[in-house]
Amino acid sequence: MNLLKSLAGATALALGLAGAAAAQDPVKAGFIYVGPVGDGGWTYEHNQGRLAVEEHFGDAVETIFQESVPEGADAERAITQMVLAGADIIFTTSFGYMDPTVAVAEKFPEVKFEHATGYKTAPNLGVYSARFYEGRAVQGTIAGRMTKSNIIGYIASFPIPEVIRGINSAYIHAKKVNPDVQFKIVWAYTWFDPAKEADAAKALIEQGADVILQHTDSTAPQAAAAEAGNVFTFGQASDMSEYAPSPRISSIIDNWGPYYIARVQAVIDGTWESDNTWDGIGPGMVKIGEISDAVPAEVKAEAEALRDKIAAGEYHPFTGPLNKQDGSVWLAEGETADDGTLAGLDFYVEGIEGEIPN
Amino acid sequence: MKLKLERRAAPSALVSGATPVLAVIATMIAGGVMFWALGANPAEAIRIIFWDPLFGDFASYTRGQLLIKAGPLILIAIGLSLGFKAGIWNIGAEGQYIIGAVVGAGVGLAFYPTESRLIFPLMVLAGAFGGWAWAMIPALLKTRLGTNEILVSLMLVYVAQNILASMSTGLLRNPDGMGFPGSRNIARDFPAAANPELIAGTGIHWGVVAALIAVIFAYVLMTRHRMGFQIRLAGEAPKAARFGGVRPRRLILFTLGMGGALAGLAGLFEVAGPAGQISIDFNSGYGFTAIIVAFLGRLHPLGILLAGLLMALTYIGGELAQTMIGMPAAAIQLFQGMLLFFLLAMDVFANYRIRLGRTEVKA
Amino acid sequence: MQIMIFGQIDLILLLASLMVASTPILLAALGELVVEKAGVLNLGVEGMMITGAVVGFAVGVNTQSPAVGFLAAALAGALLSLLFGLITQYLKSNQVATGLALTLFGLGLSSLLGKPYEGVKAATLGKMHLPFLSDIPVLGPILFRHDPMVYLSILAVVAVWAFLTYTRPGLILRAVGENHEAAHALGYKVVRVRLLAILFGGAMAGLGGAYVSLVRVPQWTEGMTAGAGWIALAIVVFASWRPLRVLIGAYLFGGVSVLQLNLQAAGVAIPVEYLSSSPYLVTILVLVIISLRGQHGAPGSLGRIFHASS
Repeated sequence: MNLLKSLAGATALALGLAGAAAAQDPVKAGFIYVGPVGDGGWTYEHNQGRLAVEEHFGDAVETIFQESVPEGADAERAITQMVLAGADIIFTTSFGYMDPTVAVAEKFPEVKFEHATGYKTAPNLGVYSARFYEGRAVQGTIAGRMTKSNIIGYIASFPIPEVIRGINSAYIHAKKVNPDVQFKIVWAYTWFDPAKEADAAKALIEQGADVILQHTDSTAPQAAAAEAGNVFTFGQASDMSEYAPSPRISSIIDNWGPYYIARVQAVIDGTWESDNTWDGIGPGMVKIGEISDAVPAEVKAEAEALRDKIAAGEYHPFTGPLNKQDGSVWLAEGETADDGTLAGLDFYVEGIEGEIPN
Repeated sequence: MKLKLERRAAPSALVSGATPVLAVIATMIAGGVMFWALGANPAEAIRIIFWDPLFGDFASYTRGQLLIKAGPLILIAIGLSLGFKAGIWNIGAEGQYIIGAVVGAGVGLAFYPTESRLIFPLMVLAGAFGGWAWAMIPALLKTRLGTNEILVSLMLVYVAQNILASMSTGLLRNPDGMGFPGSRNIARDFPAAANPELIAGTGIHWGVVAALIAVIFAYVLMTRHRMGFQIRLAGEAPKAARFGGVRPRRLILFTLGMGGALAGLAGLFEVAGPAGQISIDFNSGYGFTAIIVAFLGRLHPLGILLAGLLMALTYIGGELAQTMIGMPAAAIQLFQGMLLFFLLAMDVFANYRIRLGRTEVKA
Repeated sequence: MQIMIFGQIDLILLLASLMVASTPILLAALGELVVEKAGVLNLGVEGMMITGAVVGFAVGVNTQSPAVGFLAAALAGALLSLLFGLITQYLKSNQVATGLALTLFGLGLSSLLGKPYEGVKAATLGKMHLPFLSDIPVLGPILFRHDPMVYLSILAVVAVWAFLTYTRPGLILRAVGENHEAAHALGYKVVRVRLLAILFGGAMAGLGGAYVSLVRVPQWTEGMTAGAGWIALAIVVFASWRPLRVLIGAYLFGGVSVLQLNLQAAGVAIPVEYLSSSPYLVTILVLVIISLRGQHGAPGSLGRIFHASS
């Protein structure tokens, strides 16, 4: 066993030297994507971030990427091959890449790694994610004001903390401006299946929802809402402005460009350090897309005020008093949720009906 | 003047060996044109896809990866080939692969953090059992009620995917994973249950070993054993098979069961080794790609071995082409499709002789 | 209109949306049925659908005419299937593997072709309110207020049924599928008949794909058919190779898919895991019940390579 281990170490060292030797050229940044760059949502926005890096640095930085990389063994290989190809910093842009990234990072201590939405760090591995729930708070406010039927539909993907945070945040803020509001949630069990998303939107509209929020990436729900008429939607991941001013009345945009530029700059300067970044509206990682004219001016002003308060750090979307769904106390008056709880959030707040599937 | 195909009495061994080479050359030409149209240097792209994974700068790494990629493909394809040869259509290997992984990982994780040499063998059995049991659903429905196995096995893939998602966010979710989906990482955090690389840097893990054993096993079964004879007979002459004492029910249970068990094994070895953990998107299409591998290998164990390695080569080479020269993933898919077309089309020369002329020659 | 209420679900609206949800699979499955009736198994439906989706969308956007888009999609599907036809019929390749290769090829081709059309909005196909009929209470809105493709797909079911049952070419096609040696001995052009069937199958899959990208979603994104082609293949088996049952199968599958989302939206207390598996489980269950009656009907020469040994 010891022999095997030292052999493994020797191979890693040899491979590592190959990586270091190639690092003479312009700084090379690698990106691993979970979907195709043309998905119009999650991967599309990460690729926009990559393009922003290229534009910002010009010839000083070269970027490489690989799309539709399955999680697991394929990811570990894809990341390793990028190291071998001379990458100095590699962004792995899906939660499922966590352990593969950790494994490769252990083998190549001189290469920097950045893993999106995970929690495992190392001296050469940082993590970053966006506080999308801040954007959901703004959406919830607009949705609560805009609904006439008091029924808001929510197309959820998988029951994971990220999605549950979004539902809770939207609900809390919709309820705040409209106490009669009710959420109807459909779990699509997919991140991306336009036809299914369209069906889910239609089902919610048939159930009386006149505002639809989505945590899936296609514009299918927008189209379904446009067809139904008098139903409002929000862009997800990208702006989806082709459906503005109505049904799309605003959006949450993932804006990774500034972060990618900053991290690549740090590599160039030799100042890169492992970080744990969880940025929201303030630093600009989460952007609220243009609130369209279909929204009354006073609602728009209210939503923008909330956005600015969150951005300035004056307000936290999860501020007590808040109870859990079962009525037990979660946050006392004035208390705000800590990041640890939020990261692993697995319950609804009081007032949301239904159960989280498991 | 007319081209005529004339069936050969037996496939020509010489041509059988030569056609894949011709097909690869034809693909290089057609693919080269495509790469050129996409603005890449065709010679460089083709070198990266076919040559670099084997002999390029990082070959010491990528050669091992070829085995990691080919292992599950070969293992599943061998199982499927038994059924296909007998005319039994299991197209749900992807589902059996998932269930094998879920059951195998579940059994292993139930013992966490016990360290015992017995855990991994137990998981192997559980993985094979999981895949077998999932395949028994179409098998029993077919033997008892006459339900078509194509539909049932395919539909069960989607059901298996839902079970996988449910397990990743529920029962098998890592208790120390901060609420994120996905199980504990077996390969990293649970040595007794892990399926490690057996010789460092080679990519060989128990799944690759199992694939090789399966190839030999299938070869012996098909050429030396009564069951192999029955399988071939049932596929080639179903009516004669019935008179020849072949019991169709037994055959269905055996071939579907073997297909399921091997797919389940592949899933288990993957989850305990290269993939490491159960997650929502754990499966990545091995069960479907293995169908291509099985037919590309002409349902012959050695053919499947070679076909699996070739498919793995195009995957690894394709990935390199993405990283090195920014080739879109779509172009790689198109290229793989072309390669398959050429390989399949060129089979005609192995099975048929081409004659020119009007006169018909009796074979 | 709240006359028929099932729990909290409006059955009328449900029926109306299931017709839309089922149309892509119905079109593709009907095409594949004809292909299989001719004795050919083309597993490339997904590849042809996605190619139809991208070409239909691109042409629909450029001409601002969904109708022209659909025509182009049918043509694109047929062209792609021609590739399959030439390789399997003239070069005698294995149909299963060739079909799967076609799917790979189609997925790659479509995403290359579709690059310029990501994030573009297409002109939508108008609703066709059939005069008088659409005003019938209850049934009117369910049945007679759809886009033309929904009606066309149902007409196509009847046309395929009539063609296979009553016409001489239909009879020949079935004969070729049942026993190609016998058909050949009778002087029928086996390869030609099959090639035509394959082209029809490709065109229908193309239409089905275009329905997804032009009507049902409507937009273009890579991989947007998300496995509908596989479901279409399953529906043909489900239907025991009968056109009218393809309609039932497609509507059953589409119906349960839509119903489970409606049940979720209505807050029915059934675990989501079961609901999201229900379309597949219900299809299996119904097929089991059908197969209890002992009907199979797979064409005799399905998937087998034909070689005219004269």
